Amino acid sequence: MSDTATSDALPKPKRDLLPVLLPAAFALLMLPLVGSASSWATLLAASLAMGMMIFIMASGLTLVFGLMDVLNFGHGAFIAVGAYIATLVFLPLAGWSQADSLLTNLAVLVPAAVLAMGVTALLGLFVERVLILPVYGQHLKQILMTTGGLIVAEQTLYALWGPQIIPMPLPASLRGSFIFGEVAVAKYRLLAMLVGLAVFIAIQLVLNRTKIGLLIRAGVENREMVEALGYRIRRLFLGVFMVGAALAGLGGVMWGLYREQVHASIGDELTVLVFIVVIIGGLGSVGGCFIGALLVAMVANFGGFLVPKLALVSNILLMVAILMWRPRGLYAVTSR
Amino acid sequence: MSDLLTLTGVHTHIGRYHILQGVDFAVPEGQVTMLLGRNGAGKTTTLRTVMGLWPASRGEIVLAGERIEAGTTPDIARRGVGYVPESMAVFSDLTVRENLVLGARDRDLDDARLDWIFGFFPALKRFWLSRAGSLSGGQKQMLSIARAIVEPRKLLLIDEPTKGLAPAIVMALIECLKEIKRRGATILMVEQNFHAARELGDTVLVMDNGAIVHRGAMADLAADVALQERLLGLSLETHQ
Repeated sequence: MSDTATSDALPKPKRDLLPVLLPAAFALLMLPLVGSASSWATLLAASLAMGMMIFIMASGLTLVFGLMDVLNFGHGAFIAVGAYIATLVFLPLAGWSQADSLLTNLAVLVPAAVLAMGVTALLGLFVERVLILPVYGQHLKQILMTTGGLIVAEQTLYALWGPQIIPMPLPASLRGSFIFGEVAVAKYRLLAMLVGLAVFIAIQLVLNRTKIGLLIRAGVENREMVEALGYRIRRLFLGVFMVGAALAGLGGVMWGLYREQVHASIGDELTVLVFIVVIIGGLGSVGGCFIGALLVAMVANFGGFLVPKLALVSNILLMVAILMWRPRGLYAVTSR
Repeated sequence: MSDLLTLTGVHTHIGRYHILQGVDFAVPEGQVTMLLGRNGAGKTTTLRTVMGLWPASRGEIVLAGERIEAGTTPDIARRGVGYVPESMAVFSDLTVRENLVLGARDRDLDDARLDWIFGFFPALKRFWLSRAGSLSGGQKQMLSIARAIVEPRKLLLIDEPTKGLAPAIVMALIECLKEIKRRGATILMVEQNFHAARELGDTVLVMDNGAIVHRGAMADLAADVALQERLLGLSLETHQ
């Protein structure tokens, strides 16, 4: 087989780098507008951290969308449930969380994240089998079912935990900032960036280096042909759905810690952002989702700083601008 | 020779439309059966129904002695059916190699079989690590066929392989399909190009309005210009 490793004559397809340059260009463009370099760096760090958290929540949704054409408006429920489950670990172990030792802090943080991901994955299993399986291929019914599911989930959280905001303070060793010259970067933001980057790399490795990933990429492009080759794509989809739910749960935990409080309404609040990111990125494209999340976060942070009045509509404006440029999102990977 | 695939009274509905209206035919093992007919006669629907992509609403489909009309597409594929759709449906974001890896399903690629395939589709070897999306139309068709035969299959369903290809490519493709046929493949092929059908077919079925209206030896139809005119609205002379 070694002699087949060469490919000649065929022009290498050009890598489409324009979308990759977009966040960098946007950040540079903001520098003169913001004026102060240290404010700019702080806003950039905030954007990167927020972007990574949104990416973690949205990455599963884009694959669910791309692979099976399923519109899951209830994705936000996984985010909210993940955050609430984390409080089950954080509140009783508040002593450990506030202790002045990184190891003790991690003994709260890691189990909280793992438990939240486990519970949201199981919830994902239930939602896919009970709510989505009966309405495959029927978008309108999917919207009704999953929106209904989101409402039920939210009300269940209120019934179990009450309507009040639950505080979830950051572990002691994640408070404060690292100082780089004149720039202060909050420790937790740095952690969020690292976790987001790790999730992105892990997804890319699975998609590009494993047979499962090959099937997911092929399925996003043409699900029918994957089935005609003898693969039971629904099982694969169930797996993707559960992983997507678990990632949303992880995103919920991280968002809760970022805000240092948890409330069931974060599900609604983030669903809109997550959908904007998925649409900007191109349905089914993890890379597009990553860039979309960065852009949304940058527009929110820099926009909020420069023109606070625009904050409410800035993400919609961003989506409109991107879709006018590329009507199917930054990277169009599905044939739909 | 026994029949590998038989359809008995098969009806298929797509939405409100009643496309297949009682299709009966058999595909003998080891032969190439051509399915001809005008546009809209139900040829593609027949292949898709066998594949389980559009389920039969009535009737019986038997593959190697077992009924498959209620099976799902992956189950039917796992019984040894290879499918080459009209649209080729290569995964354009994946490389040639990755497309074939998916075709081999649970096994590793078999080097000896790959060499056999490269023998008649040399372009696939040359562009082994290129994205399938960057191949030409003819190369994509070759990849689509190679993906269906990268593992031995009991039955191949091939939908209009010559569609939209340049005449020289069509000639080359016919030679490749002849080689696949020599290996003893059983093929049910939809074709509009009568020349290709005549070159490859052992038996022929002609469809019209969702039913089989003629069946017989390909050689007999090829020799009977009046019959071609009546069944297909063409004569070999005008077509060539």
